[in-house]
Amino acid sequence: MIYLRLFIEFFKTGLFSVGGGMATIPFLQDMSQATGWFTSAQLADMIAVAESTPGPLGVNTATYVGFTAGTQANGMLGGILGAVVATVGLVTPSIIVIIVIAYFLEKFRKSRYVDGAFYGLRPASVGLIAAAGISIVLMSVFQINTIFEFAKAHLELKHLLLAVVILALTNWVPKVKKLHPIYFILLSAVVGVVFQF
Amino acid sequence: MSEYLQLFLTFAKIGVMTFGGGYAMLPILQREVCETKKWADDSEIMDYYAIGQCTPGIIAVNVATFIGNKRKGIPGGIIATLGMVFPSLVIITVIAAVLHNFMEIVWIGHAFAGIRVCVCVFILNAVLKLWKSAVIDIWTFIVFALVFVGSVFLNLSPVLYVVVAGIAGIALSMLGVRGERPAKGTAKGKDTATEKGETTVDAAEKKNGGAGK
Repeated sequence: MIYLRLFIEFFKTGLFSVGGGMATIPFLQDMSQATGWFTSAQLADMIAVAESTPGPLGVNTATYVGFTAGTQANGMLGGILGAVVATVGLVTPSIIVIIVIAYFLEKFRKSRYVDGAFYGLRPASVGLIAAAGISIVLMSVFQINTIFEFAKAHLELKHLLLAVVILALTNWVPKVKKLHPIYFILLSAVVGVVFQF
Repeated sequence: MSEYLQLFLTFAKIGVMTFGGGYAMLPILQREVCETKKWADDSEIMDYYAIGQCTPGIIAVNVATFIGNKRKGIPGGIIATLGMVFPSLVIITVIAAVLHNFMEIVWIGHAFAGIRVCVCVFILNAVLKLWKSAVIDIWTFIVFALVFVGSVFLNLSPVLYVVVAGIAGIALSMLGVRGERPAKGTAKGKDTATEKGETTVDAAEKKNGGAGK
């Protein structure tokens, strides 16, 4: 049954992703390959919508993925149920973990084991997000699905150019870099339409 | 008004006002929870935040659970979290239902192809920001490199990497080989967890905006 599987997949995502919304993306990519509920391209679109709407990025993405998976199985109502199940699945581990930690707050903060575990977890999380980023780059800039298809890659110069411009705007242009992500998303959408991406 | 209802509504309000979540949420959280409702003071919020970002799950959800749990125990934690995710559920479901019918249109396809390029850059920015607090010495660099190469070239569940990296982190700490943070070198021994969390939040506040997820 798809809803039980949705719950379990998102419970797993909530339990093992460390470092906020972007940290859920490697798990969602894994989910896309394992279940076929959505494609990598759809995932990138869902992240964009999640970035441009109110609410935490990770929660928005989970809701969207749940809706997409549910709609495929049982139409619109199935989608709504899927959205709810995925979101509840995502937050359930948080609720359990945080309530347990709240009871041992001082011990938790001073534990050498906890500190040690996160010493290893943080760079692993960065590695996972970077790898997920690479596969979205391959798809959207080089038009291939996995790194093993590199022979088929054809670099779209206009895609690369847009990436460089957005990178520069979000990191090095004073004032502009502080703008809300939605402006960069809108800019990219306009560029995509005008230059026929 | 019952405090449960207040918890739900306050966190629903915070959910609506936050774009992107994570670090972008901190100022709104401080205003609503510390100043308006007086449910926690600034230093408690910073503690919850520091712990929320180094524990599993979404940072915003973790902080909501903390505060709800502090006020009203376990039911409070659950209700605050439900309040936090409620606006997302409504807004995203409506948008998803509408977009579903528009995706076939050619120019919308072009628009999203452009947006995907933008998403690449956002992910890169998130990596750069997290890198600063995560990759702090040669060992953490090795963990990063192994996980990165492994997950680009092998098809394994990310769960595996997370579990192994956590165990490796404990082992490395026990062996005493890890280096101290170069930036704020005062952090030592037992207090490193909190210290690191705060440093991350500091850095995030300075950089807030553009990349800020």
